[in-house]
Amino acid sequence: MSLTVPVGSDHQLARLLQTGIVLEEVVEARAARHAREIPGLEEDVREMLAAAAEESAEHRRRLEELVDELDAETIPFEEIETLVEAQYEADEDFDGVLYDQLCNEETAYKFYDDLIDAVESSDVRFGVDRERLLDALASIREEEAEGVEEVTRLMETGR
Amino acid sequence: MNTADQYLKAIYLVQDREDGPASTGAVAEMLDVSPASANEMIGKLEDQGLAEHEKYEGVSLTDDGIRRARDALQNYCIIERFLLEVLEVEEFRAEARQLESVIDETVAERLDTIIDREPQCPDCFDAGEDVCALLEVPAAADD
Repeated sequence: MSLTVPVGSDHQLARLLQTGIVLEEVVEARAARHAREIPGLEEDVREMLAAAAEESAEHRRRLEELVDELDAETIPFEEIETLVEAQYEADEDFDGVLYDQLCNEETAYKFYDDLIDAVESSDVRFGVDRERLLDALASIREEEAEGVEEVTRLMETGR
Repeated sequence: MNTADQYLKAIYLVQDREDGPASTGAVAEMLDVSPASANEMIGKLEDQGLAEHEKYEGVSLTDDGIRRARDALQNYCIIERFLLEVLEVEEFRAEARQLESVIDETVAERLDTIIDREPQCPDCFDAGEDVCALLEVPAAADD
């Protein structure tokens, strides 16, 4: 156990990006399943969940491009989907679905925020262009922030 | 996990091992920092009501400190299990130590939805082995 400088190598960066990919895969699998299977959801909530799943898939692809450049592997979505299915509790109600999605978006936002801080505080020269890396992460973080706002708005409109 | 939480976790584990207060030297050694750095942070933890330091005896966590230390240890266990079970990282201990400062509790909670963790976590953590005693570690990953 030691206190280490965050993101001190390509290897560590790749591991964190892999973690981000898995987080997106978890979000994608849970949102898609909620949209598909929870009965009685309003159409706008179902659309929001389907859009969130699509957005996560897009984030995943952008992270995968960066991981490829670092010459590391990623975990196939199907594997994570299976893990999500194995632990999924299907008894979520309407509020539970929105709350779960809010956690998804907030968690992803926090992850990218911390990762950006860690990259910015590191003076390592990475195998991917630093500006492109930070731009990609900041853009994904921005979309997560918008996701938080959208779910909050749905929660506040009397549901 | 921020630096304070990493210190709380280290103090908790040393106290558990010693069955009493943790010496500053042992905490510094566990975190691979200088005793002076450890002293400084322990002072900050005291100011926040998370630890109490008695000269010549060592540092003990308060109830609030214990709660935060156990949460930090649980997060660490989640990161270790995630690395081993999902990413199949052989050197999962070393990598968990590197990642714990960047992966906070909200992120760990999400990762927790795809791993198998025992209900008694973190009591099953083996500080000597730096891993959950109930985690099945494949021989190849036994770094």
